[in-house]
Amino acid sequence: MSDLPAVEIRKLSKSFSGVEVLRDIDLTVNKGEVVSVLGSSGSGKSTMLRCINWLEEPDSGSVFIAGQRIGYNSDKQRPMTNREMAATRARTGMVFQSFNLWPHLTVSQNVAISPIKVKGMPKAQARDLATQLLEKVGLGDKAEVYPFTLSGGQKQRVAIARALAMSPEVMLFDEPTSALDPERVGEVLQVMRDLSGEGYTMVVVTHEMEFARMVSDQVVFLDKGLIIEKAPPEIFFTNPASERVRRFLDRQD
Amino acid sequence: MSEWSIVWEARSTILSGLWLTCWLFTASILGAFMLGCLMLYLLERGGALAWLLRGFINTMRALPFLVLAYLLYYGLSQLGLRMNAVTAGLLAMIIYHGAYFAEILRGSRLVLPPGSIEAAQAHGFMPGSIFLHIILPQLLLRTRPLIGNQLIYALKDTSFLAIITVQELTAAANAVQATYFIPMPAFVVVILLYWAITACLELAVSKAGIFGKARGFENV
Ligand SMILES: Nc1ncnc2c1ncn2[C@@H]1O[C@H](COP(=O)(O)OP(=O)(O)O)[C@@H](O)[C@H]1O
Ligand SMILES: [Mg+2]
Repeated sequence: MSDLPAVEIRKLSKSFSGVEVLRDIDLTVNKGEVVSVLGSSGSGKSTMLRCINWLEEPDSGSVFIAGQRIGYNSDKQRPMTNREMAATRARTGMVFQSFNLWPHLTVSQNVAISPIKVKGMPKAQARDLATQLLEKVGLGDKAEVYPFTLSGGQKQRVAIARALAMSPEVMLFDEPTSALDPERVGEVLQVMRDLSGEGYTMVVVTHEMEFARMVSDQVVFLDKGLIIEKAPPEIFFTNPASERVRRFLDRQD
Repeated sequence: MSEWSIVWEARSTILSGLWLTCWLFTASILGAFMLGCLMLYLLERGGALAWLLRGFINTMRALPFLVLAYLLYYGLSQLGLRMNAVTAGLLAMIIYHGAYFAEILRGSRLVLPPGSIEAAQAHGFMPGSIFLHIILPQLLLRTRPLIGNQLIYALKDTSFLAIITVQELTAAANAVQATYFIPMPAFVVVILLYWAITACLELAVSKAGIFGKARGFENV
């Protein structure tokens, strides 16, 4: 089991009302790897990430989370039931650009509720877990406040703690710092850097070149729904194969 | 004996009417609220049933409450389904205001940003759990003033039940004024009682605003 890739995407395609947004995507994310996904706006990065946990249903192709196919029950040869789907999604964590915290719950409840409602964890244990994860992202003192009182950077760190609470096989980040004030970006990237140091598997859609360069094991470049470059950062940033990537990198600085 | 002391003498009639009004109101809004939430959940799931429910809700909105009460009390008894007046009245209240609660929540559901729901899906919540723990609490916090209004409409609609012979507050006042020919004092007392209940409701609804305020849903 343990040497199965955390995420495997095979021949994934997706269209929105006839317009092809992803074409024949193949991607393997091994356990403990950090994969950064780059590409200009509209290239299909979010759609690819959202196909991994089936928030978008692809038109064809398959996705495996630690060896288990999502969306389709391979044993029984039929689409997954709601229950099977929920159980598979619970093995992935997702962090959104716009945080998407649950505004009616306190910060601590935001972190504790998924283990309680999804995994059936006893409440006291989930609360302890929340306390511990909030400490980890540097928000131990914010446990009892409601999300609307937090800054963007704090909200995003809560969202990371909330996803970690499910002990996912892989953390999916969709432009986690794009909605933040520039002075708040660093605190979120620091938490993500720490996670990669602890061996978490992460797929990160980002425009933070420095982060992609320093933290990733692989960098993937999407252009019009195609992966046109897939390389370790040393090669991606210094000697990319494609002209398109070279132009993209030139525009960055 | 002054007209006011006659009302005082007849207080047991009025109090029993008041009691029945309070009881009918409480039972019917609790029932209607649960029915409204249930309808919202079924609307959420979609399919043919949701389509039927939309039709049902729109019908209720087009129907005057009194007509529904007549229909359940007289109409059904003609078809052989005889209910006593209180049961018919309670049922009419629950169905009618249930449809309105559903409509209030549905309106708010349409403008609920999808992000919090996607986050719950991504964390492995089942649809029923998402509805109960993520969607419904937010809708309730967002619709507090509308729900408060609806409670007041519901209180006033209970007085229509006098017409199908339910001995609630309005019927009691009417009985007192007709017996002793003192319409003015009898109805003034009733107006004051309705006003007092309304004032309590408004207080409760405004107190409930602290939940929204604490969570940043309201900023007044
Ligand atoms: N739900 C949707 N319905 C229709 N078109 C969509 C939807 N989501 C994304 N798209 C389109 O798909 C393309 C890729 O979008 P997206 O994956 O969000 O790109 P990126 O994250 O790289 O900016 C865009 O052209 C976008 O307009
Ligand atoms: Mg995007």
